[in-house]
Amino acid sequence: MSIGVMLVYGLLGLIVVITALGMLTSRNAVYSALFLVLNFATVAVLYMTLGAPFIALAQVSVYAGAIMVLFLFVIMLLGAEHITQRSTGRGHRVLSVLVAVALLAEAVIYILFRGAGVEMAALPSLPPDFASPAAIGQLLFSQFLLPFEITAVILLSAVIGAIYLTRRERQAAARTAAAEQPAEKPVEEPAEKTPIY
Amino acid sequence: MSINDFLAILPVLVVLVTGVLVMVADVFLPEGRKGIAALLSGLGLAAGLGAALAAVPSTGTAFAGMVVADGFSLFLDALFAAVGLVGIGLAYDYFKRMRLQRGEYYTLLLFSIGGMMLMGHANDLVMFFLALELLSIPLYILSGFFRARLASQEAALKYFLLGAFSSGFVLYGIAMVFGGTASINLEGIVAAVRDGSANLTFLLVGAALLVVGFAFKVSAVPFHAWTPDVYEGAPSPLTGFMSSATKAAGFAALIRLLLVVFPALGENLAPVVSGLAALTMIAGNLIALVQTNIKRLLAYSSIAHAGYLLIGLVAVNSSAAGDAVAAMLFYLVGYAIANLGAWSVVVAAEQAEGRGLELEDYSGLGRKYPWLGVAMLVFMLSFIGVPLTLGFWGKLYLFRVALESGLFGLAVIGIAASLVSAYYYLRVVVYMFFRDGEGVARRDVWLNLIAIGSAAAVVLMALVPGDLLQVAAQAVLRVP
Repeated sequence: MSIGVMLVYGLLGLIVVITALGMLTSRNAVYSALFLVLNFATVAVLYMTLGAPFIALAQVSVYAGAIMVLFLFVIMLLGAEHITQRSTGRGHRVLSVLVAVALLAEAVIYILFRGAGVEMAALPSLPPDFASPAAIGQLLFSQFLLPFEITAVILLSAVIGAIYLTRRERQAAARTAAAEQPAEKPVEEPAEKTPIY
Repeated sequence: MSINDFLAILPVLVVLVTGVLVMVADVFLPEGRKGIAALLSGLGLAAGLGAALAAVPSTGTAFAGMVVADGFSLFLDALFAAVGLVGIGLAYDYFKRMRLQRGEYYTLLLFSIGGMMLMGHANDLVMFFLALELLSIPLYILSGFFRARLASQEAALKYFLLGAFSSGFVLYGIAMVFGGTASINLEGIVAAVRDGSANLTFLLVGAALLVVGFAFKVSAVPFHAWTPDVYEGAPSPLTGFMSSATKAAGFAALIRLLLVVFPALGENLAPVVSGLAALTMIAGNLIALVQTNIKRLLAYSSIAHAGYLLIGLVAVNSSAAGDAVAAMLFYLVGYAIANLGAWSVVVAAEQAEGRGLELEDYSGLGRKYPWLGVAMLVFMLSFIGVPLTLGFWGKLYLFRVALESGLFGLAVIGIAASLVSAYYYLRVVVYMFFRDGEGVARRDVWLNLIAIGSAAAVVLMALVPGDLLQVAAQAVLRVP
């Protein structure tokens, strides 16, 4: 491994670790979320250097983009920027230390004994355009055309559902319905409801 | 892609495209004229039904091996389209009465039916997963269609969380199968098992996870916990549709997976499925005994019927495989007809704000509305499996298959459970005819048509059970 590659990976790894620590230790939830965005973006760069540009871009658009925007929305709407002093219990802390120790032990055991155990079979080398965006696009529109289209219908029904379940009742609509058959009591109260997030 | 690819899944495409059309048309429909959306959906489903009946089963695959169009999938297409038509008939008057006429209901219902049809056609684990999501997501939303009712919200949330959980099982199972066979296409998996390159341990774990995932959908015990709450909270017409169709879709997936993909795992999976069947029959029927709410009673009844069907699933990998599939399809049709009929009575008797759903409210209903009462009597007898009804022949064929493949224990449990079930089914009839009460029901032409038509079908089709079984026996699966 050349010194340049070591340097790049070292730097990226350092940023990943620092942003992860920053996310854990910030008192302000917005800072935590922003640290996590930086963390995701750096991991995306790592994917890019490993030759997986599609996964890198998906990581940026889905995790760093969509999901983190959602996180920030929720944090700001709930006004939960500032975490109170005693928000985490003792059990929580003990558990997280245990999990961290277990993961660390796993890594150490792997590094110490990786030569000793069963020799892993070498994977066949991948074609140069493996998992390139062009290759994935071609597969998506040839072999996986039908799944692609069905996914579109699934997303459409999710959108319809989201709109239906969250939109406000129109008072006019309820009134016309009530005027048609005034004998029975309407089931749905026409009153405006404040949306719940 | 050639035109043949599209023709292979024509019924699915017709239904899904109609769903989109209804969505667009709904925007231009004035309030109070939403009946047009129901009419459009009905036409689309009728077209889908026609396409399914006219189609010729093919032996090949379409869309690069993603789907098949064998007799089995076309049979299910016709079943789902027909159940969907009845589902619209149940819903139209109900939502008008409840002041909740919305075009979205029909769009989402059509999408869900499209997903169920696709489940029968799936020939690739990706398609199984997508079909599962396409049928489930609209149902999650429709369960919460009464946004202002707490019970409806609870139903939607419960169904969504547990459904997402079960989808996770399916996905994990698919990953395991891929790990074991390096393929997610059914052909590739079967080929890998045949030439011995598959890792059977991974395959078994994957198969078990897939069975668990789909057992959620057919509400087999111990994966049934969501069923009563969701059935109770969801709008009644939806529950009627859901309990008939979702069960068939779940069993379609299980039959294809167990028969085509995992025959080599037969002796490993059979004890597990047998256990599920026995537990489901016993628990479903016993808990149903103490129910006082008609929707919950029918929910536990649907769990119990899933148990009888699971007996057929155990026999799918025996020498009587063809008979087992035919008997299961026959049973699914018989159950769907009687179930939709029973739910039409429930829909007719339901009052505003979810009143009129206790057994007490059914007091005297049979004497006041003799047609509905007699129809309900027929459905309950069919559920029990009394001779001269379709339910009797369904159980007879299933138990015969069980005996042929040596499942004596399960057959005995099934018969005993049916005897127990007579108590709670007949209790409904006793309330309707032998108690005095103020029960009122809606006189709606569609509901009456569904109730009387289903009752007539249950009785008349029971006169020619052999011919019907013949039709079901021709619905064979394509085995690569």
